Order: sequence, then C-alpha cells, then structure tokens
Amino acid sequence: MTATADAPVVSTGPTPAGAAQDSLRELGRLRASMLPVVRRRRGTAEPSSWSVNLLRVGVVVAVLAGWETGVRAGWIDPFFWSQPSRIWDTAVVAFTQGGILADVRFTFTSTVLGFVIGVTGGVALGLSFWWSRRYALVAEPLVIAFEAMPKLALAPIVVLVLGLGMGSKVAMATALVIVIQTLNTYAAVRSVDQDLTTLLYSLGASRWQVFRKVVVPSTLPWIASSLRVGIGLALTGAIVGEYIGSNAGLGRMIHYAGSTYDIALIWVGVFTLAILSMLLYVVVSWLERRLLKGLAHTR
Amino acid sequence: MTTTLAPAPSGAGTGTTSEPQLVVEHVHRRFPSPEGGTVDALVDADLTVRPGEFISLIGPSGCGKSTLFNLIAGLDTPTEGRILIDGVDRSGQQGLVGYMLQKDLLLPWRTVLENVVLGLEIGGVRRKAAQAIARPLLSTYGLGGFEGRYPAQLSGGMRQRVALLRTILFNRDVILLDEPFGALDAQTREQMQEWLLDLWDDFQKTVLFVTHDIDEAIYLSDRVVVMSARPGRIVASFDVPLDRPRKPSVVTSAEFVRLKADARELLNGAHRTHDVQETR
Repeated sequence: MTATADAPVVSTGPTPAGAAQDSLRELGRLRASMLPVVRRRRGTAEPSSWSVNLLRVGVVVAVLAGWETGVRAGWIDPFFWSQPSRIWDTAVVAFTQGGILADVRFTFTSTVLGFVIGVTGGVALGLSFWWSRRYALVAEPLVIAFEAMPKLALAPIVVLVLGLGMGSKVAMATALVIVIQTLNTYAAVRSVDQDLTTLLYSLGASRWQVFRKVVVPSTLPWIASSLRVGIGLALTGAIVGEYIGSNAGLGRMIHYAGSTYDIALIWVGVFTLAILSMLLYVVVSWLERRLLKGLAHTR
Repeated sequence: MTTTLAPAPSGAGTGTTSEPQLVVEHVHRRFPSPEGGTVDALVDADLTVRPGEFISLIGPSGCGKSTLFNLIAGLDTPTEGRILIDGVDRSGQQGLVGYMLQKDLLLPWRTVLENVVLGLEIGGVRRKAAQAIARPLLSTYGLGGFEGRYPAQLSGGMRQRVALLRTILFNRDVILLDEPFGALDAQTREQMQEWLLDLWDDFQKTVLFVTHDIDEAIYLSDRVVVMSARPGRIVASFDVPLDRPRKPSVVTSAEFVRLKADARELLNGAHRTHDVQETR
C-alpha cells in the first residue's frame, strides 16, 4: 500500500449551488412578506426594596387575617387548626410564665454543638481522604452507605444509649451533619487541581506542604458553602431527638402539646422554631460570606 | 570532586570542555497501554546540556517532550537510563530544577508577591525574608505595582511573567519551560521572548524550552533539538550560530532564514519517518 490515499470524489447529484439558490430566494421572499417584529423590553429595573418588603408583610397579614376570619365565620375548625388570636395569647403566656425560653436555649445549644462537632469532624474526615488513596477507597462506600441510611430512624437507639439529656440531641445533630460534610469535603478534595499539586511536588514540596498550601485553601470555598445546609440538618437532628424522648427543648414541647391536643401551643412551638432556624441561617450565611470574602479571588 | 563521571557529550554536543550541567543518558520511558501492552513514550533519549546553554525542543505533539521534562524534573522515573544533574544521578528526584508548566498555575488565593516566593518558601526560607528578596526583582522585571494583586486580576501575559519569575526565584541552575508562551497573542509573545532573554542573561540559567514555533526556537536558542513522535525520540539537533544579544530584526537575516529552512526540513523528516512507520 502506498501512503497516497486520495480522498474518493463523492458525486453530489444536482448542483448544491442550485439548491442553495432556492433557499436564498425563499429567504428573500419570506423577508418581504413577514411582518417586522420590533418590541421594546419593559420592566427590567429591579423593584424597589420598600415595595417588596411591603408586599411580603402584606402576604403574611393576609394569610393570618384570612385564617382568623375563617375561624370566626365557622369555615375552619379551630379544634384542629386553632386561630391566630388564640396562638398569640398562648405565646404571651408561654414566654412570660412558661419555660419556653429554657426550651429554646436547650434546642439552640444542642443544634449549635451538633453543627460544630459535625462540621469539624466532617471536614477532618473529608480532608483525611487526601492522604491515602487506599484508605479513601475503603472508607468512601461506607460513608455513602451511612448517608443512604435514614439516620432519623436511629433516633430511638441514640436516645436509649445516651439518655434523655442533651447528649442524645447533640449526637443526632452531629450524625446528620457529619456525613454530608464529609462527602462535600471529599468532593472538594477530589476536585483539587492536579497540576497545582504537581507544580508543588516539582518544587520539592513535602506532602504536608502540598496539603497545607494547596489542598486546604482549594477546599475552603466548598466547605464554606456547605455550612448553610449543615445548620438546617443540625436543627432537624436535634428536634427529632427531642421528639423521641427528652426532658427539655422545643421538639419535646411540640410533642407534648400534640399529645394534649393543645394546638395553639404546637403553633407557638413551630413559629418559635421557624424564627430560631431563620436566625441560625442568617448567622451562618454571614459566616460563609466572611469566609468567602477572604477567598474572593479564587475565581 | 564527584565520583560519578559524566559521559562524553553525545553527537549533539558542541565539544566544549566545561562539565555538562545536565545529562540525559539513554533514557527510555514505557507506559502500560490500555490494551495490555506497553507504549514507548520516549526511546533512547540522549542529551547533554552545558551550563548556561539555551536549548529549544521542537517536535510534533506526542513526541515525548513533556515526558522528557517530567523525567528531568523527577516527577517520573525513567524505565531505562538515567538523568544526571551536575554529574550526579538524579533520576526520580524532585526539587532540583525549576519547572514551568504550560498553564501558569498561580495559586489563586495568593497575591503576586506571595506566588513568586512559593519556591523559596517550600525550600525553607522564611516568608518575610523571601518576600524581601523578591520585591525588588518584581519591580525590575516589569511587575512593579502588581505585588498585591491576585492572579485573577492580571492579564495572561502578566500571569505568565509571574509564573516565570517564580520559576527563576526557585533558584535552581536548570529551568524547564514547557510552551510557556503558547497561549499568548503574537505581540505579547514577542515582548515575553525579549523579557525571557533578559532574565536568562541576568540570572545565567540553563534553559530547556519546549515550543511548537520554529521561529521562536531559533530566535531564543543556542541549540535546537528536533524530536519525532511514535515513538518519541530525539532525531536531530543543530546549533544556532547567531550573535547575541539578538535583536528582533534578526528573523529577517539570511542566516536565520537558512536555519529555519533546515529546521523545517528536519521536522518534515521527523514527520515522514513517522508516516512511513504508520503505513508499514
């Protein structure tokens, strides 16, 4: 065989120029017959913040007012749904005379502890996978199996083992946070630019130097952006722990109110929980922004 | 005196008496292929480099240039043969040559100044001391005022300058440059070539430079090494007897044009042998 393999000449039937001519003519005809469509884009300006806030408050007020009038008019059964005015009265009593503040403190403390332990442990575990491929390969499916397992179903065991106090709540919160944090951190570790580590090795860096100067700084943005997911999971874990068995906490309070058909008190608990959750979220978002600000030049 | 004697310069050398700085001695590198056999990435590479020499490697992609660089940098170990640096067998040892890869690979979370001192820092020099050394060099070599900038705030040419200065500040005699200007536009590229020659003059480095560009290779080098692909090997090398310092206008001189024609001939030869092997 010679190396001169000329490309076979493919016959292309009727001249393509002719077909293309037809298309051009057709386009010209369409252009003449189609109506010109000229539109102006409107309303691209960002709506003013006060009008947005006003609407937000308006929606909440409308829902509460509808609920209240619905109950008074007899359309909504207050036995099952309670009513805003009664919830408000119950809230005032709970906060002034009842022990709800102690419950809030209990839930808050176990959530934050679980969050901190879970994040620290998860980050440490995830980063540790960088050090040994074998260890990472052995551990990864186990972590994923633990992630797939409904950890909330473990709550009864956890409460039995660790008791009705704060320990079992912290453990539940930690269990939820640590797995997701481990997987997130490990994903970050795997996405570290291989060329950067190669460069450092070419400069004669030790593994510890590569870890400290490349791996940790590369993973920080990932870790920062997984914190917000973590705080929500920590709260969920703590509350479920309290449902199963506890001597304090908002979860226990809601559970207790449910078993005594005190619907208004359930709502008080739920709203308090919502406010607590929002506060935690705001604080963690702020923390994340602070962390990312230091790394703002990453991309 | 070192006990290891460097071998006589192989064919390519120009026969000077000074002890070679870098010797690549009968180096083979085989990788296992996906089909179960082996692939020869580099076959019997011989190269002797004198101190202060500027050598360019040209060749088609897949000719083993990057493999050769990884071997010299100690990131990879030869299957056969050895790498001698200053007469000592350094096969598989890292941290002995400066290596600049194709990408600038600046750490995005570090400022220009912090990036430039990375090599010194890893070598155990205190951060403060390293920065004190680097600061005046930054302003001398066109990065004055950029010390506090982050890589994302720099143009491609500037980033490449930082990367090159980092390689030089690593403070090794031999530096390997793997297509450092490949991604730059023609004008920036010319400026960078001038700049590189200045640095080379001032720091007295031994440079191995990979490029696809014949003009660039001849303009910069004392010697051009031609490689061919499949299997990757060194097929020829020729000296560039143009006077230094060279002006950019040298590219239009008769001598330059002749060298370029020769180089093209050699490169085409490298391609042809490769084609013949393919069709056999």
